[in-house]
Amino acid sequence: MADSSDLVLEVKNLKTVFFTNSGLFKAVDDLSFTVKRGETLAIVGESGCGKSVTALSLMRLVPDPPGRIVGGSVSLEATDLLALSEAEMRKVRGNRISMIFQEPMTSLNPVIRIGDQIVEAVRLHRNLSSKQARDIAVEMLRLVRIPEPARRAREYPHQLSGGMRQRAMIAMALACRPALLIADEPTTALDVTIQAQILALILDLQKELGTGLVLITHDLGVVAQTAQRVIVMYAGRKVEEASVEALFAAPKHPYTRGLMASIPAVPAPGVAAQERLNEIPGTVPSLVRLPAGCAFAPRCKLAIKRCEAEYPPLIDWGGGHLAACWRAADVAEVA
Amino acid sequence: MSKVLLEVTDLKKYYPVRAGVLRRQVGTVHSVDGVSFSLGAGETLGLVGESGCGKSTVARSVLRLVEPTSGRIRLDGEDITHLSKSALRPHRRAMQIVFQDPFASLNPRMTAGDIVGEPIAVHGLATGKELETRVAKLFEQVGLRPDQMRNFPHQFSGGQRQRICIARALALEPRLIVCDEPVSALDVSIQAQVINLLIDLQKRHGFSYLFIAHDLAVVAHISHRVAVMYLGRIVEIADKDELFSNPRHPYTQALLASVPIANPLAKKLAPLVDGDVPSPVNPPPGCAFHTRCRFAMERCRTERPVLMDAGDAHQVACLLNEGTGKPASVP
Repeated sequence: MADSSDLVLEVKNLKTVFFTNSGLFKAVDDLSFTVKRGETLAIVGESGCGKSVTALSLMRLVPDPPGRIVGGSVSLEATDLLALSEAEMRKVRGNRISMIFQEPMTSLNPVIRIGDQIVEAVRLHRNLSSKQARDIAVEMLRLVRIPEPARRAREYPHQLSGGMRQRAMIAMALACRPALLIADEPTTALDVTIQAQILALILDLQKELGTGLVLITHDLGVVAQTAQRVIVMYAGRKVEEASVEALFAAPKHPYTRGLMASIPAVPAPGVAAQERLNEIPGTVPSLVRLPAGCAFAPRCKLAIKRCEAEYPPLIDWGGGHLAACWRAADVAEVA
Repeated sequence: MSKVLLEVTDLKKYYPVRAGVLRRQVGTVHSVDGVSFSLGAGETLGLVGESGCGKSTVARSVLRLVEPTSGRIRLDGEDITHLSKSALRPHRRAMQIVFQDPFASLNPRMTAGDIVGEPIAVHGLATGKELETRVAKLFEQVGLRPDQMRNFPHQFSGGQRQRICIARALALEPRLIVCDEPVSALDVSIQAQVINLLIDLQKRHGFSYLFIAHDLAVVAHISHRVAVMYLGRIVEIADKDELFSNPRHPYTQALLASVPIANPLAKKLAPLVDGDVPSPVNPPPGCAFHTRCRFAMERCRTERPVLMDAGDAHQVACLLNEGTGKPASVP
C-alpha cells in the first residue's frame, strides 16, 4: 500500500480467548483492521460483542488468567506490541498508545491530586524535572478546556464534576502525545449536553495533534457524528466494515441494518415520531456455545440453510466495504 | 384530554445536607422544587432531564416511596399525599413501578413465577392453582413462556428480566405505571423490544405511564406529552410533536441539539451549552438555567420564570417567551 507509512495501527487476525468454568470464550475472533494517522475508527456493537476486549487487547491489558491473546499481531507504528516484553510494553503504554475509559471516577486515583496524576504519567515516559512536568500538566488541563487549570490541578477527583473528570482523563491520556488513543465508551456515563462537549473536544484535539483514534461505542449516533470508518462487531467477530457514509447509506449486513432500524430517533421538526420500533428478535448468543455458522443466523430474517452450517467470509463489496454475510447481496432488497 | 388520573400540584422535596460532628444542617438539596403536572387516563407523560434534575424523585414521590416536603398528589381525584400506610394500601394496587436495573430489582432467591405472583398473594387476590394461572397469563402477556416461571432471575437475560419486572407491575391491574429509566440498562436491539412491549400493553389495558428517561429519542417514541426538567423544575411541557418541532426553552433546544444523530450527513455536533449543571444545593437564583443560557438577560439572574401558556397546550418557563408566545430564536 502506498500510504502504509501513514498507518498508525495495524491489527491482523487478533484472537483473544477467556478460559472459564463454563468453557472457552472466543471474545475476539480473527479481527483485523487498520487506523491511519488522524483517523477515527469506530467499533460498534452490543454488550458482549468483544469491542472492549479488543481495546484491552491492543493495550495488552487483558486480565490473564482468565483471558489470553492467543493469536494475531498488533503493530503500532510498525512495532508488534504482542512480541514486546512486559517491561518494554510499559514504555509504550501511556506513551505511544493510551486509553480513556467509560467511568472516569474509577480510573482516576481518588487520593491523588489531578495534576500529580498527570505529572506521574509524564515523568514516567519523559526525562523531565517535576517543575517542567507540572507545567505540562497545567498546559494539558488548559488544552482540554478546564477553566482555571492551575487551581484545578491541585484538586482531587471527587471535587470535579463527571464531565471535568473525563476532561482530566483525556488530558492525562494525551499528555505524552500518543500516536493512538483508544476511547472505550468515553461518554456513556455522561449527560447528553456534556457528551456533546466531550465528543467535540476529543475530535478537536485529535485534529490538532494528529492522533489516531479508536472509538468504542454502542451508540450509532455517536458513530455517525465522529467516525470516518466503522467496524460492526457481533459475537466476537467483525461482521461489517465501511466508511461511515457507506455504512449508513447502505448497510450490507442484516445485523447492522436491524441495529439501525431499532434505534429510536429524535423526530425532526414537523415530522411525527413513528410509533413502533423495528426490533431484532431474540438475544445476543452466549459466546460459549456459538453455532457453527453465522452467529446472527438464529435472529436473522434472511437466514438460509447455508448460514447455519458455514461461517460466511468477509467479502469486499467495493470501496473497502466489507461484510460477512451469505445474503449480503439481497439485504437491500428484502429489508 | 381524557379523564385526569394523576394530578401533582407544587410538589417539593428537599433533603438536608449535614456536616460536622454534630451533624448540623449546612444546606438544603432542592431536589424537586415546585413541580406541577397532570396525567390523563391512558396517557403517557415523558419526563426528561439530565442526572440530578429530580425526575426520579418526582417518580418516587408520586408513589409515596419518598415523602414529599410539600405539595399535593391526587390519584383519581383523591388526595393521597398524607394518607397513612394502611390507608394508602388499596391505592398501591393502582400504581406500580418498573425500575431501571432489572438485576437489582429482582430477588435472586425467588423464582420468576413467585416474583410475579407475590403482589397478587400479598393483596390476597388469588391463591394456589388460580394464582398460578394468573401468573402464567402474565408471563404470556410480556412475551415469556409460562414454563420459565420455575427459573431464577440469573437464568434470564437483561431484556427478559425487564419483562419479569413489567409482568410484576401488571399483576395488580394498575391504572398507573411509573417507568423509571426502564430501558437505559438494555442493549439497543433489546431496548426496541421492551419499548414496543410497553406500547402494546398500554393499548391493550389502557393504563397510564409516567415515563422517566434521560434519552430524548426513547421518550419521543413512547410519550404523548413530554415535560423537560432542569434542576428540580419543569421548564417546558407540551404535546410530543409540538415539543420536538417547536422547542421554546433554550435548555430544551440545547438538549435536542446535543443528541448525536445517526446520520453522517446530518449536521455535526454543536454543543449549545457550556459548563455543567449547577449544584442543586445552592441552585442559582432567578432562572436556574441562566448560568448556561446563551440568551440570558439581566432579569434572568433575579426573576424566577413560571410555567406560562404559549399556545397549543404548550407551557414554558422562560422570560424570553413571556406573554408573546414567541419562541426563542435559534440563530
